[in-house]
Amino acid sequence: MKRAVVITISVVSLALVLYPIVWLISASFTPVEDLVAHMRQLFPGGITSDGYSQAFDGVGGSSFWTFLTNSLIVSGGAVVGNVVSCSLAAYAFARLKFRLSGPLFAFSLLTIMLPAHVTLIPQYVVFQQLGLVDTFVPLILPKLLATDAFFVFLMVQFMRGIPYELDEAARIDGCGPIRNFRYVVLPLSQPALVTTAIFTFIWTWNDFFSQLIYLSSTEKYTIPLGLRLFIDQTSSSSYGAMFAMSVLSLVPIGLFFLAFQRFLVAGVATTGLKG
Amino acid sequence: MVLAERVTPAPVRSAAEGAPPRRPTRSQGVAYLFLGPWLLGAIGLTVAPMVVSLYLSFTDYDLFNTPNWVGFDNYAKLFGDDPRYLKSVGVTLRYVVVSVPLKLVLALAVALLLNSLRGKGQAFFRSAFYAPSLLGASVGLALAWRAIFDTWIDTPDTALTTIVLLSAWQFGAPMVIFLAGLQQIPRDMLDAAAVDGAGWWRRLFSIILPMLSPVLFFNLVLETIHAFQAFTQAFIVSGGRGGPADSTLFYTLYLYERGFTEFRMGSASAMAWVLLVVIAVVTAVLFRTSRYWVFYGDER
Repeated sequence: MKRAVVITISVVSLALVLYPIVWLISASFTPVEDLVAHMRQLFPGGITSDGYSQAFDGVGGSSFWTFLTNSLIVSGGAVVGNVVSCSLAAYAFARLKFRLSGPLFAFSLLTIMLPAHVTLIPQYVVFQQLGLVDTFVPLILPKLLATDAFFVFLMVQFMRGIPYELDEAARIDGCGPIRNFRYVVLPLSQPALVTTAIFTFIWTWNDFFSQLIYLSSTEKYTIPLGLRLFIDQTSSSSYGAMFAMSVLSLVPIGLFFLAFQRFLVAGVATTGLKG
Repeated sequence: MVLAERVTPAPVRSAAEGAPPRRPTRSQGVAYLFLGPWLLGAIGLTVAPMVVSLYLSFTDYDLFNTPNWVGFDNYAKLFGDDPRYLKSVGVTLRYVVVSVPLKLVLALAVALLLNSLRGKGQAFFRSAFYAPSLLGASVGLALAWRAIFDTWIDTPDTALTTIVLLSAWQFGAPMVIFLAGLQQIPRDMLDAAAVDGAGWWRRLFSIILPMLSPVLFFNLVLETIHAFQAFTQAFIVSGGRGGPADSTLFYTLYLYERGFTEFRMGSASAMAWVLLVVIAVVTAVLFRTSRYWVFYGDER
């Protein structure tokens, strides 16, 4: 095919693919009375920021800033947890010899395929009995214990690519495994750490299921749960706020995407992250 | 005497020291130190909960009273006495069977398109087509989808279609993986085929798809496993209830309802185990069939 033809087809299909995003942004600036017309036409008439001021006021008695803070705590905690715990486990699997290394790593790979539902209910019962439901602990603690097996796998793959001669050199210079990890392997694994951090942030930011289960009071709600409150509101007057808050909820992902798109796409291409 | 008693054990001890060391080497100990958090998670948050949920699936546990053993009652009721359960199985199977191939075909088509571009143009389009994969999983976008397709969502016949479309729209991740696979296919192989008179379709079916089959298989397995567990989009688009008329009652949605609004944890655990077994069986079947259609480089 001619290059011009390929580019034309690409542009047209890209416009189609990005249409829902443009639609949402346009809807968030459309006055409520024009939303019916908006169904057929982007930016049908006036432009308003009413939706945004309503969105910042919040929904269900909590302000947008509460949801934002909670989402940042949960996502930030998950990022720190995953980066620390997965890199520790990956170092053991990739660079240290121990007897159960093979079977344990195979088990770790299997859990990637495991649906969360088979562990969900006992986990919930335990957290409930410890009085930790409606706190952020059930959302962050599993990340500190490297339960996102995918990232362990990603880092193992990466760490295996670092030349083993470096370990040898470090050992001769008197570094034990701990300092070898801290000063040799960890700094060289930076790309894998960054990929893990970005994907953990975005996935946790978007995560709905576990936040729905564990958080029950509106002052603990994260952004996805705050958005969900709009479903129950039947009056169309809240549509502006709903669309505005939806756009606001996507801003951090959009920024991450713009800043790290190379990392993201390379991460998907080389490891098959679901993205 | 006292002195002798003190002295006699000494030779025994030194004999033990002379034997090859039984304790793990230092490296072993350190390995388990690094593995500590992971081990704790694997045992405390994966293995033990799995065992417990298997046990609960044979009880009438309801979160408040002590569980009573009921044998296979939960399983029997699901399949024999629960039309909504069977409905949720049907909805989920239809979703998996339609959305996964649709998503993969879209991903492959766009990957083929972008593969004929080079350099900066390709990098730009690759990133841009990938964006929905990140955004589409969010509640915010599902709400937009709900508004865009609101008449479809109100109709039982088309409600599931909108969720299938929302899933297919996120074809970016498998597309990026396909594109990486396409770039591994030797250019001269395709050129040679073209010189020999093979047209575009012929090259697609005789060279590109066989060479791409490991990547296709990988995407198929991954997307199928994920599709069985779809939740957020179905929950938001259907307003949290799987409506209208249970036409979007996804398996996980029903599991959530059973476990976390009715608190019938025993039955919900049984549902989770059925899901695990189904996913395991489907994955195993895919692996079994792969020997007939997946070609790796070292074969002829």
